[in-house]
Amino acid sequence: MKYSTLILANLFRKKIRLILTLGSFFVALFLFGMLAAIRGAFNQGVDVAGADRLVVINRVSLISPVPLSYMDKIRQIKGVKYITHMSWFGGVYQDPKNFFPKFAVDVENQRLVYPELLVSDAEWNNFVKDREGAVVGASVAKRFGWKVGDRIPIKGDIFSGNWEFNLDGIYHGKDAQQDESQMWFQWNYLEERAKDQIKGRVGWYTLRVNNPDDSGRIAKEIDEKFANSSYETKTETEKSFATGFVKQLGNIQFLIITIGSVVFFTLLLITGNTMAIAVRERTGELAVLKAVGFSDRFILLFVMAESLVIALIGGGLGIIASKILAAVHNPIPNVLPYFSVPNQALVMGFVLALAVGLISGIIPAIGAMRLRVVDALRRV
Amino acid sequence: MVRVDGSGSASSLIHVRGLDKKYYRGGEEIHVLQGLNLDVDQGDFVAFMGPSGSGKTTLLNLLGGLDVPSAGSITVAGDEITHMSRGNLTEWRARHVGFVFQMYNLIPVLTAFQNVELPLLLTKLSKTERRKHVETALGVVGLSDRMNHFPRQLSGGQEQRVTIARAIVSDPTFLLCDEPTGDLDRKSADEIMALILTLVKQDKKTVLMVTHDPQVADRADVTLHLNKGALVEASKLEGARLEGTRSEGVTSGGAR
Repeated sequence: MKYSTLILANLFRKKIRLILTLGSFFVALFLFGMLAAIRGAFNQGVDVAGADRLVVINRVSLISPVPLSYMDKIRQIKGVKYITHMSWFGGVYQDPKNFFPKFAVDVENQRLVYPELLVSDAEWNNFVKDREGAVVGASVAKRFGWKVGDRIPIKGDIFSGNWEFNLDGIYHGKDAQQDESQMWFQWNYLEERAKDQIKGRVGWYTLRVNNPDDSGRIAKEIDEKFANSSYETKTETEKSFATGFVKQLGNIQFLIITIGSVVFFTLLLITGNTMAIAVRERTGELAVLKAVGFSDRFILLFVMAESLVIALIGGGLGIIASKILAAVHNPIPNVLPYFSVPNQALVMGFVLALAVGLISGIIPAIGAMRLRVVDALRRV
Repeated sequence: MVRVDGSGSASSLIHVRGLDKKYYRGGEEIHVLQGLNLDVDQGDFVAFMGPSGSGKTTLLNLLGGLDVPSAGSITVAGDEITHMSRGNLTEWRARHVGFVFQMYNLIPVLTAFQNVELPLLLTKLSKTERRKHVETALGVVGLSDRMNHFPRQLSGGQEQRVTIARAIVSDPTFLLCDEPTGDLDRKSADEIMALILTLVKQDKKTVLMVTHDPQVADRADVTLHLNKGALVEASKLEGARLEGTRSEGVTSGGAR
């Protein structure tokens, strides 16, 4: 490390410029981290979707219902292990800002199809027995300070009227990525109060299959079974269903990649320009180093080292800051309950910073390496 | 002994034969050096003079391995440097040449100590050994008490002395000084020249110096003029300038 003094002295040559360059790396990688967190939050459903689950929806659209009578017919298909149904309820708790998804569920099969969402047997049994009962995810309960036994008033919108539910249980995800932001109540209660709208119909079916390898065949069989009926179906894996749901929110990935690319490219130009200026300012000094015997390769690495140190420190701090901020503060918990910078993005952030450091440093470094001492000294 | 007529022996420290250097500027060929011969022995102190554009600095750059000739050969301490690769030439410079520039060319963000230490970073010396060498070099130039000063905290004369310390710290075979006093006042210039003379007389250093200043050139053992691309001797022993006349040979270490 005998060259460290030389490298550090050059780094701190212009402190304001150093701070601004570090800052541009910091901001860019911080933004990258936050974009990765947002993308992860949107795709959470996709990431946690079970490989052995299929979703059956109305071929027309997700918001069109399917007949309840399909349930038994689907269950009879070879390879189907469990089946349950869910219906979107909508509704407002006190204020539209307090959004969280509410579903009318099939209490008999809900836990069989979603074993990763855990509720104690005692709470579940109370829920099954209670016509007006509800189970909510731990994050919703925490958000509104609810505890088992509370009465929850919901103002209906899709299904009009004032609805009241007894909180019978709180479910927890098996791991941190699971969605704990839902509320479930009995589909029977919904059907009873909104006969005209929902009688004999449900939102969609979710089923588990014995062998994920059979998913394609089972999906095909289901859709063929109901072809040319009034309620044709579209069956897909839970993952593609979740992906389609995300796509309805706009092409998030495209936006993120586009914004990220623009930021990345801008950063590259800024840093490349800064490095080029820094090298040009030191032409005479680099020439002297060469004159006293420092090799072309040393000069190349010397200039590159400066660029890499700035990239790694600025970029590294930026991505770490985004990780910390995402861990302690979720700016939109009601919309994106799971908000975290994935470790994969953390690694990718460091790699990106390194790549930008390399790319932005390489051109001025090659220029410095090729510098002819005689020409450089003449310019001084 | 310094010779410019090509009669010197191959055992000279610096042995130059038929040196040519051409430049192309704006499509025009400029023949700066034409068939130049030079022999310099260990301990010689040579001054090069000549009008601007006569090729003084070009000659110095060629002798220091900073530039390559169009034709001819340069041999230093037995090493033919003319055909060395860029990499080998860089290593050769580190071992054999100490540079002193007119504009000092110190690294402004390094202290005097760190500037002088630079050539030693290329050696295998330990940190302690490097420190010892740097302290010695700074002692020789009389700047032991300015080690931790940055160039901006030193006067021009002091900066040039740091440059000389940097040039001698690795004990090179010879020193190349390009207008070492060109940017200094008379007093500082005299101090620098006194220092260079000490290096020549006491430490037996070989010094080749470019200067515009006849008073500075007078301190050298021999002054050579560049005229029409060749070296012409202006012997102090004879006390006469022989401009335009090719020398038959000049004995170094002449009377002062």
